[in-house]
Amino acid sequence: MLSIKNLSVKAGKNLILQNINLDIGKNEVMVLFGPNGSGKSTLLRSIMGFNGYQIVSGGIIFKGRPLKNLSVETRVKQGLGIMYQSPPKIRGVKLSQIADFLCPDKAKICKLAEILALTQHLSRDINVDFSGGEMKRAEIFQLILQNPDMLLLDEPESGVDLENISLMGGVLNGFLQQEGKSALIITHTGYILDYVPAEKGCIMLDGKIWCLGSPKEMFENIRSKGYEKCRECTFRG
Amino acid sequence: MKNAGSAPFVDKRLNVSASDKDKIISAGIDWSQEQRSGSFFQQGADVLFSQSFTKEAEILSTDRALEKFPEVRKYKGRAFSLISKSIPGDTQGGYFIRVRKGRTVELPIQACLFIKSKKTRQRVHNIIIVEEGARVYIITGCASAESADKSFHLGLSEFFVEKGGYLNFTMIHSWKDDTVARPVSAAVLEEGASFVSNYICLKPVREIKMYPVAVIQGRGARASFNSLLMAHPGSVQDVGARVIFRRAGRAEIISRAVSLGGRIIARGHLKAEAEKVRAHLECRGLVLAKKGVIHAVPELETEFQNVDLSHEAAIGKISREEIEYLCSRGLSQQQAQSVIIRGFMDIEILSLPEIIKQQIRDLENTNFQGSL
Repeated sequence: MLSIKNLSVKAGKNLILQNINLDIGKNEVMVLFGPNGSGKSTLLRSIMGFNGYQIVSGGIIFKGRPLKNLSVETRVKQGLGIMYQSPPKIRGVKLSQIADFLCPDKAKICKLAEILALTQHLSRDINVDFSGGEMKRAEIFQLILQNPDMLLLDEPESGVDLENISLMGGVLNGFLQQEGKSALIITHTGYILDYVPAEKGCIMLDGKIWCLGSPKEMFENIRSKGYEKCRECTFRG
Repeated sequence: MKNAGSAPFVDKRLNVSASDKDKIISAGIDWSQEQRSGSFFQQGADVLFSQSFTKEAEILSTDRALEKFPEVRKYKGRAFSLISKSIPGDTQGGYFIRVRKGRTVELPIQACLFIKSKKTRQRVHNIIIVEEGARVYIITGCASAESADKSFHLGLSEFFVEKGGYLNFTMIHSWKDDTVARPVSAAVLEEGASFVSNYICLKPVREIKMYPVAVIQGRGARASFNSLLMAHPGSVQDVGARVIFRRAGRAEIISRAVSLGGRIIARGHLKAEAEKVRAHLECRGLVLAKKGVIHAVPELETEFQNVDLSHEAAIGKISREEIEYLCSRGLSQQQAQSVIIRGFMDIEILSLPEIIKQQIRDLENTNFQGSL
């Protein structure tokens, strides 16, 4: 589904990602661990084609086609979708406007809004005066209406209480159980691992993929030994 | 709700071409009149049509009203004299609208000031009287035809909102890129009166200068000035509002300004000449083109301690992050930009009834291509 080959990316003058190689197959969920500033969000943003990220070598192949030079909306049309870690507030643009754009089925919008406790938020400006949990639920809500094949989730559980994580995790899991859905998920807390069927994990350090393996095992090791131990580890990917 | 007795606005005898009709509609005029309580239409210096569909309101030309109702004479010029503003006496036409004590006009009244011929100098004097406890919505559309090259419009308007009355006045301008417009207005608000003045200009114009003034003459009166401004390249819009408090009251002046290359000066002046005044001034602007200029000039003035006057102003460009966010939902760059500008030009600031709101949404739709 998504294949990243020898990818190096600059943001401004700084080389952030170095020689990244990753493969995420159809129906596969991969978890991406790494300390702050290691380049995880840059990887997701580079996949989306956001401004300010320059690919200096290598490339990204999605569904067998290179993404190079494609606009963000074209990538979205091909089936990529991203959940922001901290989405911007947009005054005057209602959540319902975006929902209607993403999905013609009003009944589906209403039902999903109800499940995610967002019915009241539909008539509000996107993310304006939303709490942390509301913002994340609104992100999941839009993403599911968008119905991408490859979900890029940037810390879906950060700033969210356990009750909301369970609600969001349940909805996400239901979505990922469908045929043909894949995901690349950045997590710090690992809570999301209790809800989504992740079988692959990788650790990013200093803009490089350090190792690949079982996400639960990795997370346990990170929790007990910290990322510094990863640097000493010989199981380099 | 529908006004059953009405006929289409401005019939064939008046020789209005299809393009004139489009222009008039673009200034907020309901051609069918189904959702109006009455209409007034003046082309150049000639009043071609004035009719009220309800007993609750009188609508006629100012000249005719001054002849027919002697008591109206004492209103003419009174609002301007309160603010020591001298005005020309050689106006032609303009509308007179009066709602009698305690009456409520359910559907809006519309008035259109239209310029058809080139080099026209239209000079009107409007008088609006909302008597004690009365309520009315008025929508005024000012437009110039494609044929009206290098025209000039002077619109004097005096508003009298008497004790406990409510006037919601919306003015929409749809001029040409070589029209010069000078609306000059003054409102007198008596005890407990409310005056909402909305101004919308999304079309090209050469120059607009206006600084309407509301005078709070009675305790507890409230004034609200809201404007949505869009300056195309070559346009100058020097638009502001002033509220003078001679008694305790409340006011807000809110503007949203977008420069597509033109120049906008967004002024505001809150002057508390009395105690117990609460008022707020707010200007937000977006500059979308290199040569665009937005200049916010907020003024707060008082000699009293127990007043609460505030202002906030913010000018910037559309954030790249917001555009990118909407693109990540599948919108094109152009769609994203249109959606953000439309959101910025938020009609919710206008305190309008739903029927006019929908109409303004439709007008905005014609201005923002590629929106959702």
